[in-house]
Amino acid sequence: MSELEISSVAVNGYPCRVWQKGTGAPIGYLAGLAGLPKWPAFAEALAVNHKVIAPSIPGFPGAEGHRELDTTLDWIVAMRELLNGANLEGPPLVGVSIGATLAAEVAAMWPHKVDKLVLVAPFGMYDELHPTASPWAQQGHEFGSLFCKNGDAYSDFIRRPNDADPVEWPIEMARAREASARLLWPMGDTRIIRRLHRIICPTLIVWGADDRLIPKAYAEKFAEAISGPTEIVEIPDAGHLVDLDQPEALAEEVLTFLG
Amino acid sequence: MKQLWFHLMPYTDLPDDFRDNHPSVWVDVHSSLFDPRKAHGMYNDFMDELEYAADCGFDGICVNEHHSNGYGLMPSPNLIASSLARRTSNAALCVMGNSLALYNPPTRVAEEFAMIDCISGGRLIAGFPVGTPMDTCYAYGQNPSMLRERYLEAHDLVMKAWKEKETFSFNGRYNQQRYVNVWPRPVQDDPHPPVWIPGGGSVETWQWCAEMDYVYCYLSYYGYKAGMATMKGFWEEMDRLGKDRNPYRAGFLQFVGVAETEEEAYKLYKEPAEYFYGRCLHVDPRYATPPGYTTEATMRAGIQGQVSRVASDNKTALVVDKKAREFDAILDNGYVIIGTPDQVAEKLKEVAQELHVGQLMLLLQYGNMSRDVAMYNTKLYAEQVLPQLKDIWDDEWQNHWWPKPMAADHRSTPLPRNLEAAE
Repeated sequence: MSELEISSVAVNGYPCRVWQKGTGAPIGYLAGLAGLPKWPAFAEALAVNHKVIAPSIPGFPGAEGHRELDTTLDWIVAMRELLNGANLEGPPLVGVSIGATLAAEVAAMWPHKVDKLVLVAPFGMYDELHPTASPWAQQGHEFGSLFCKNGDAYSDFIRRPNDADPVEWPIEMARAREASARLLWPMGDTRIIRRLHRIICPTLIVWGADDRLIPKAYAEKFAEAISGPTEIVEIPDAGHLVDLDQPEALAEEVLTFLG
Repeated sequence: MKQLWFHLMPYTDLPDDFRDNHPSVWVDVHSSLFDPRKAHGMYNDFMDELEYAADCGFDGICVNEHHSNGYGLMPSPNLIASSLARRTSNAALCVMGNSLALYNPPTRVAEEFAMIDCISGGRLIAGFPVGTPMDTCYAYGQNPSMLRERYLEAHDLVMKAWKEKETFSFNGRYNQQRYVNVWPRPVQDDPHPPVWIPGGGSVETWQWCAEMDYVYCYLSYYGYKAGMATMKGFWEEMDRLGKDRNPYRAGFLQFVGVAETEEEAYKLYKEPAEYFYGRCLHVDPRYATPPGYTTEATMRAGIQGQVSRVASDNKTALVVDKKAREFDAILDNGYVIIGTPDQVAEKLKEVAQELHVGQLMLLLQYGNMSRDVAMYNTKLYAEQVLPQLKDIWDDEWQNHWWPKPMAADHRSTPLPRNLEAAE
């Protein structure tokens, strides 16, 4: 397999890192609440037979510029520019958590520019009957077990490597939390329900069987609202960030769906 | 030195098991704990106490804003201040303050503060806090990543609304108003009421206060020992920015209990202090750090501090325990100063000198302290402590940040409420 390649796309004047690995048909990957502090096992599994392109969303590790984005529309336009710059105008998009929200928003705005869509536990709605948990009103030690079935999967992912800057690394992790809050505060409802009907591509909706952040009931809501053909898959032994909890199982579902 | 009497208006009837059986005094404090009939008594007692403090000769009386909070019953301090404006005649009315980002549009603050300034004949001190995470981001749902910018923009809008003589348009990032024209306007119009900024210990706030020439107030509940490092940092920053060391640039809050004897002071103030530090500060830590509330510069300074401390293994820094709940520990750590009037005056002189503050705010009612005890504390302080401290600084410094009211003989006197009885 090829090496991890790194490039950059400017969005509103801020450089956003783009990681790319593998050869074959391209797949865009937008990561979840932690962003991509490291190249994850899930992307590695996809890269065996595909070219995986993983742009960093503004504010998440590898990218800044989230403080320029005030409204959902600002975020959607920024994502369009990021995806265009990363050669992801057309290829299938796999989004997790907040990455899934933005993938769905972009697919709703430009329905003909996404070939296929995989949404893993997207934020975007809030239903009083199925309240979501707050990803922010937590103490440091609670994030792991809230975001992942196996809390260590999250802590390991965001742990500072020995060669990383001891001051800037924790700030980068905090910045990711701020970026997620900037789009999703206070309850994760971007009003996406008003736009989901515009999505016409085949869409796979994936949920971790043990998601403590967003109840599985939302899988149905997304499936009902999207106009394209939808399929719902539940991954056992996984929490909200399925890509960290079950990288192999998720990769298998994604590859089967993309065919 | 100016001495101001500060009320938080705590709910005085939180249950004994509050700490053990309730998650937080703030944000999700349970409604079943609030009895409006009891609150009727509390509000009236508290307003009696504030009015009494003004009558006793305190330079100012202070109120502040909190939301969904069991130790701060003033979601709207302006309601209380407007009543105080009628029932007091000389004390400064320090509203400490209005969290600007929570008002939509923020010109509401310009209007209400102007009303208070008009009613009081120019006695308003305008406080503009960013607001705590609990108040702003959780109770009021504000986005922590946008809060500070909203605050700064709202500040610009309010100040322009006070200064600008013509109707103007404001096209901000967060506020758009085609017609801004504040009626009424403040009595203190040369150029505006004094502005005081309550803050934590962030360097950016110090720099901003220096740039705008506002008073910086460190409102901590942990007393002078914990406040030392912060105020030292503040004055070093003023030096660096080339500002003078006028102590009236700085405000500081201190809990105090005065009695005839030390033993009596210990007896009187033990329960209210333990109530405050045990129940009122029982805040769920999950609400303390919404992402983006703390700026990256402040975070960076904090982390660098930790890293360099570990590196040099420097354990000599003064460490004040911020978790004390027993009265002896509360006193040891300096959260509360108690004693005879002379003892308290002596201590506060030291505090004023060491922290170099000119605007001293005093909490003489705290926790479940009764009105009788609060008034006793207030009277003793006003008669025997206040006179010993009032001349500090005045030989050397001028207070440029104090209200300039209308001349007393031009100010209205409210009619007695019962005209027949008055005759």
